[in-house]
Amino acid sequence: MSGAPRRQYTNPVIRWIEYRLPIFSTVEATIGADMPTPKNLNYWWSFGGLLTLALVIQIVTGIVLAMHYIAHGSMAFDSVEHIMRNVNSGWLIRYVHANGASLFFLAVYVHIARGMYYGSYKYPREILWMLGVVIFLIMMATAFMGYVLPWGQMSFWAATVITNLFSAIPVIGEEITTWLWGGFSVDSPTLTRFYSLHYLLPFAIFGVTILHIWALHVHGPNNPTGIDVKGPQDTIPYKPYYTSKYLSVFSAFMMVLAVLVFFEPNYLGHPDNYKPADPLQTPAHIVPEWYFLPFYAILRAIPDKLLGVIAMFGSILVWFILPWLDTSRVRSGRYRPLFKQFFWLLVIDFLVLMWCGAQPAEGPALIVARIATAYYFLHFIVILPLVGWFERPKPLPESISTSVLGSGAAAPKAAE
Amino acid sequence: MSKLLRLLGGATLAAMIAWPVVAAEAIKPAAREWSFNGIFGTFDRAKAQRGYAVYKQVCASCHGVKYLAFRNLTAIGFTEAEAKALAAEAQITDGPNEEGEMFQRPGRPSDRLPMPYANDAAARAANGGALPPDLSLITKAREHGPDYVYALLTSYSDAPRGMTLPAGMTYNKAFAGNQIAMPAPLTEGQVEYIDGTKATVAQMAEDVVVFLHWAAEPNLEARHRLGFQAVLFLLALTVLFWFVKQRVWGDQH
Amino acid sequence: MATTADGKGGHGHASRRDILMVAATGAAAVGAAYAAWPLINSMNPSADVLALASTEVDLAPIQEGQSITVQWRGKPVFVRHRTKDEIAKAAADDKAGLPDVQADAARVKKAEWLILVGVCTHLGCIPLGQKATEGRGDFGGWFCPCHGSHYDTSGRIRKGPAPRNLEVPQYTFLDDKRIRIG
Repeated sequence: MSGAPRRQYTNPVIRWIEYRLPIFSTVEATIGADMPTPKNLNYWWSFGGLLTLALVIQIVTGIVLAMHYIAHGSMAFDSVEHIMRNVNSGWLIRYVHANGASLFFLAVYVHIARGMYYGSYKYPREILWMLGVVIFLIMMATAFMGYVLPWGQMSFWAATVITNLFSAIPVIGEEITTWLWGGFSVDSPTLTRFYSLHYLLPFAIFGVTILHIWALHVHGPNNPTGIDVKGPQDTIPYKPYYTSKYLSVFSAFMMVLAVLVFFEPNYLGHPDNYKPADPLQTPAHIVPEWYFLPFYAILRAIPDKLLGVIAMFGSILVWFILPWLDTSRVRSGRYRPLFKQFFWLLVIDFLVLMWCGAQPAEGPALIVARIATAYYFLHFIVILPLVGWFERPKPLPESISTSVLGSGAAAPKAAE
Repeated sequence: MSKLLRLLGGATLAAMIAWPVVAAEAIKPAAREWSFNGIFGTFDRAKAQRGYAVYKQVCASCHGVKYLAFRNLTAIGFTEAEAKALAAEAQITDGPNEEGEMFQRPGRPSDRLPMPYANDAAARAANGGALPPDLSLITKAREHGPDYVYALLTSYSDAPRGMTLPAGMTYNKAFAGNQIAMPAPLTEGQVEYIDGTKATVAQMAEDVVVFLHWAAEPNLEARHRLGFQAVLFLLALTVLFWFVKQRVWGDQH
Repeated sequence: MATTADGKGGHGHASRRDILMVAATGAAAVGAAYAAWPLINSMNPSADVLALASTEVDLAPIQEGQSITVQWRGKPVFVRHRTKDEIAKAAADDKAGLPDVQADAARVKKAEWLILVGVCTHLGCIPLGQKATEGRGDFGGWFCPCHGSHYDTSGRIRKGPAPRNLEVPQYTFLDDKRIRIG
């Protein structure tokens, strides 16, 4: 890919430009969709493209919303209602943006889980994986700041609680929160700066995504067997095979989004966010958006303020060293009987944490959250390295093409 | 073993979706049939118009609906002329004029409905410290909004024996804590309906909920209509792309 | 072309596949176009802006020879109570070789009240001439300082780069002394 000969273009205009600025061949070589691809990718591999689609939907609807929204404490809530009532199709655009964010996270969780199951983070794709973690972190920041913008009760108190996390920093914590707020509490200056960053960060995501796809092109995608491509017999062109395979997934994704937007647009939201922000009264039960619940549960599970914050951020930062925590030489979970079970336990653990995050932090839910938090870190720091040493993997197929033929020519092995 | 785990995972997920948040001590109101429920749901025009009458004659003395303008009323079946006449009945504060004074004038369709109080502090002062919330979003700002507002309006009764209410509070079993600062707003025959409908408390509560839900989600009908088309189109597109995939991959198998 | 081994069967297969692909991408393109429309349309005037598109003006306090400026759709509207002199001058100039021919009678509903959108038809500046202290150009009406367009006492372009007369907005007399613009 990087060393591939420059393509000759037939279109004279493209040739003229290419001779002076080789932008077409560069784009094609780094992020183009015509790379030879393992012939055995299943539907779980469609989520990368799906996430790009989701990002584009968020950016496009977001740019339009920004034309009508007013980032000021006294006008933000009214301007959102103005969008909902007066702007042509404003309600549609806002509901797509709000629900699109939720599906964006749903897709990114599937994408991350797929990477973990098939060992996509292992040599030589460590940087590809780490760039993905960076994207996820920026996504979280963007989503959080976006949630603040409607300036409802949940927006306001989410901003208060999350910015107060920084007060856990020893010595300079107080100064940092004051600086973040631009005042002595969350107020209009906070809202305005969150708006600025909420507009900026998606373009950062876009940039890191290009790096992510570039890194993907260097060694090509991983595949369900986890073994390397050994020659042209193992690959097929991305176009038209995978474009056709994944377009139905994209379309189905849009359909799910449409069902949410048109029939249950507020299902994933919280009624309290239709009350204007009131700095004098906290809602009885504050919860973050569903996609933050597992991390929120980890935060609350730890009785110490600073340690809670460290654990919450640590639960994502630990992904950065995942390529080195997993000691197994076999990539795909398909050939790792023990790992496979621990993988699904982790998925359940994550879902349990999500449930805990929605409960009041007391009684049995808190105990469950503590156990689930402990298990979460145990999985990455203890179980993964040990399993790699003690597990006896199943025999690997000789090559990708034999694995495809071996599983029966009539019915190719679908999602594992 | 891994099948079992997957099953367990699926069950956890299903349980979470069915049971997203257990709200503390919330009393779940009885679910009612509303014409706006369901994927083809629409607002019952007659009910919404009667609901406007209830709002105007009862609620409006303490609660605003600040996001509604008189021009919006054509969406629940009032003609433009009627909306204009309803606007003209209201006195709107405008200004300042050339002398720098605010002045009152009859409303126009582009005006928003007048607010009962000049500001929140005035509202509190007139209501013993309690702030009557704006009603434009009330059905979206409460769990099970329409059912809840209906239950609240119809659940006033005498306090059970042994319970003493603080001054200015009324017993209401649908309200969290059962003490509410709003006295029972609806009494039998309180509103005179033009269409001759008997103004029972249940009838008025139902009508005003339809009106308020329309006020909270005025684009519901357009949303349902467009949604049906969009989902159908995307379903067809998904199937079409699936066939394309089958064809393209046909020569690989 | 190069290979015959592909055979007819292969070509037939490929063409069926192509038709399906074209149909599917075509449908997707139509869907995308439909989805783009709300985004584009959201930039058109919103419902509240459209609803405010009329303004009422009380003419009673405006003395003969005096002008006032009111705002309508974010633009200035000139309301001038014309003197007998100005009316006569405007009518006399009907046949003076105007760049944009229009009789004065066609530009007013009552001869003493001239109602104009106060935006120069050249590039959108606001002409001078509303106040007695401002220059009114060579024809006693308005003068646009941006690029030197001269308008007469009927708001017609007489000299300078502007292509058309000052626009007369839609308005109605509610009674003798009140108008509604829009």
